[in-house]
Amino acid sequence: MGKFIRLKKGFTINLQGKASPKVVEAEQPETFVIKPTDFHGIYMPKPVVEVGDNVKAGSPLFHDKKNERIVFTAPVSGEVVEVKRGEKRKLLEIKILADKAVEFVAFKKHSVSDIQNLNATEIKEQLLQSGVWTTLVQRPFGVVADPAATPKAIHISAFDTHPLAPDYNILFKGQDHYFQVGVDILKKLTSGSVHVNTHATSEISTVFSQVKGAEVNKFSGVHPAGCVGVQIHHIDPINKGDVVWTISPLGVIQIGKLFLNGVYDTSRIVALVGSEVKNAQYYKTYTGASVKKFIEGNLNQEHVRVISGNPLTGTAIGKDGHLGFYDHQLTVLPEGDQYEFLGWITPTTKKISFHRALGLLSFLAPGKERVASTNTHGEPRAFVQTGVFEQVTPMDILPTHLLKSILAEDIDEMEALGIYEVIEEDLALCEFVDVSKHKVQEILREGLELVQNS
Amino acid sequence: MKFLRNQLDKVKHSFEKGGKLEKYYYAFEAIDTFLFAPNTTNDSKGSQIRDAVDLKRLMMTVIIAMVPCLLFGIYNVGHQHFLAIGQPGAALGEKIGIGLWQVLPIVVVSYGVGLGIEFVFSILRKHPVNEGFLVTGMLIPLVMPPDIPLWQVGVATAFAVVIGKEAFGGTGMNVVNVALTARAFLYFAYPTDISGGVWTYLGDSQAVAGYSGATPLAVAAEAVKGQQVVAALNTFGSGWNEGVFTLQNLFIGLRPGSIGETSTLMCLVGAFILIVTGTGSWKIIVSVFGGAYAMALLLNLIGGSPFMELPAHYHLVIGGLAFGAVFMATDPVTAAQTESGKWVYGILIGVLTVLIRVFNPAYPEGIMLAILLMNVFAPLIDYFVVSANKKRRIQRATI
Repeated sequence: MGKFIRLKKGFTINLQGKASPKVVEAEQPETFVIKPTDFHGIYMPKPVVEVGDNVKAGSPLFHDKKNERIVFTAPVSGEVVEVKRGEKRKLLEIKILADKAVEFVAFKKHSVSDIQNLNATEIKEQLLQSGVWTTLVQRPFGVVADPAATPKAIHISAFDTHPLAPDYNILFKGQDHYFQVGVDILKKLTSGSVHVNTHATSEISTVFSQVKGAEVNKFSGVHPAGCVGVQIHHIDPINKGDVVWTISPLGVIQIGKLFLNGVYDTSRIVALVGSEVKNAQYYKTYTGASVKKFIEGNLNQEHVRVISGNPLTGTAIGKDGHLGFYDHQLTVLPEGDQYEFLGWITPTTKKISFHRALGLLSFLAPGKERVASTNTHGEPRAFVQTGVFEQVTPMDILPTHLLKSILAEDIDEMEALGIYEVIEEDLALCEFVDVSKHKVQEILREGLELVQNS
Repeated sequence: MKFLRNQLDKVKHSFEKGGKLEKYYYAFEAIDTFLFAPNTTNDSKGSQIRDAVDLKRLMMTVIIAMVPCLLFGIYNVGHQHFLAIGQPGAALGEKIGIGLWQVLPIVVVSYGVGLGIEFVFSILRKHPVNEGFLVTGMLIPLVMPPDIPLWQVGVATAFAVVIGKEAFGGTGMNVVNVALTARAFLYFAYPTDISGGVWTYLGDSQAVAGYSGATPLAVAAEAVKGQQVVAALNTFGSGWNEGVFTLQNLFIGLRPGSIGETSTLMCLVGAFILIVTGTGSWKIIVSVFGGAYAMALLLNLIGGSPFMELPAHYHLVIGGLAFGAVFMATDPVTAAQTESGKWVYGILIGVLTVLIRVFNPAYPEGIMLAILLMNVFAPLIDYFVVSANKKRRIQRATI
């Protein structure tokens, strides 16, 4: 039996531009991209293709020089048209001009009964070969999972509480069978259990509620209740030396498809959301899709920021950009590069605030959907206000002290204060509410890298 | 507004890196960001949106919370002045006039000296001008006696900002409350000017017959054995200011004292603003009052001297306890920073305040010293709270 956990802390950022429950099968984008920068713990991505090569979905594009078993493969079939490098020839992205119809590399197919007989080594081999492996994320540090490790548990968050997050009932509709097979396979990779963490107060898709062989836990509460790190903290926390894996439901479904159909099928549904989008809705596409076709002619104004991911943890990619590997949300927000006369004191009901300081009246109508721009709303300062991070962090962790220990580069202190339990998304809300405008997520990643490389 | 923006943009480049006035960048930035909320946007990675709050607004909220105390203080300075010189029938306008005449220069000197130093340090030390002083600059006048020489206000402010804050690196890094540092500096440097009969502004006029400048704390401390303190307080002021130290009047605050701290009522209005806006920690405010009340009750039980037998609730309305609890103890930088630590911190401030009051006849007002002392111990309190957090994590791992 799963656990029921009630979370009381957190904050809902209620933004305008939620997706209407409509999945559009528009014309597919022309280009798809895989960016090594979407993955943590990759030391030296080395391309194995050149411009002009033809690839199928599942063909290797690059691998990590430090761990050549981890292969990153093409999400669609087509021709490699660009291998983009940055400073010091660091690999930034590999771009594929997609075929009209996706061709797949044929991996080994298994029947449901065969799958019961597979062992961990065989499973890992096929996952690694196909590139599906990279959907597995390892805690601590949030890196691509280490094939040599055996995690003490595998966690799947079955809901997303980020601002404007897509509805998983739409994203994974009808994938029950693949999900079940994915879970069956994951169970063989862990010494403990597979946890499926669902939201207690919303409608739960049968994909998750009917799953067998996994612990189905229930969480109630607002964001960051959907962050898998918060969930792990309450189910089975990560201690020093522990290894835990996390995977998105999409990753689980891809595993199911890989073993049942023998293909690396990256087809996915993404939500196009945000106040500056005319028709906020769902699109069917593949991993790494160019966003151009989705937003062209679909914007309310041109001075916008296009974000792969959600407004709290996403990355600005520009109007010609491509979706990130793990992102199932494309957000378009107004760019906030305007001055505002006496903007620091003018009373307003329009700007979103967790605080209720003088003139910030959004708390009077928390249910109202608002527009948020990318403005910082103030300048960086030293830590002054206390007790706010704690109100949006539903974990027994002291975020201020953890961040200060990172700034002091005190690794022992970071360990003692629980750095192993968090990655950026778990503390993203702290960055949002911070009065002193610290770059909380950036600081945390620096700390994680310090510990990891120590 | 567009014109103003254009003017700022025109001169901005000379303050930026490589510009002629590069060293004055932070001074320019302070003015620029005061007039216009900046046009900076979030990085391409990380949180793309930010809360509308910033430090300026937060500090402004605290200042607004102090306004009731300030306004009441201005009136009260005039009111006490006319009572002391035997003209109880003076008009409201006259009282406010005298109050403004005494209080405004102190406010101006405090802000002028403090902000001046802030700007100089922002240029020398290359850090942004911090909004923290907006609050400090208002707190300092409110804890000054109305009769304080202006040069002392200036010296005290300078000492507090330089030694109390900038020496540690500016707002957010200081160990002790800056405004209280100013007050403590005056107390130890010029004791005769900040004790005795300074709590009422007399000006050139003669005090009325029977006038005494004693504070309720002094009256309570001087009560002789066998005398009821409450009776001594109730009869104090007969002839020139009847009933000045009754419980009710102590609560309302029409009595001599520092400019802003006499009225418990106005402090509670401020506390309400701080708590509703989430700016001040309600835990600290409640626990200071609670700690003082509990300690006073304990002393009542022990008994021994008239002051020890002063009913516990009197401790909450006399002296500067309410002002200190609401505006000084809640300073987030110098208070305990952990949530459970805040309870301990507040309770100890309350307890220490009453102990200092009752057992230190030389200086019956204890809240200032209690807060300064606990400022110093706040990191220790946090240390234990943080250690407990770490210990829970280690224990969890070994099970």
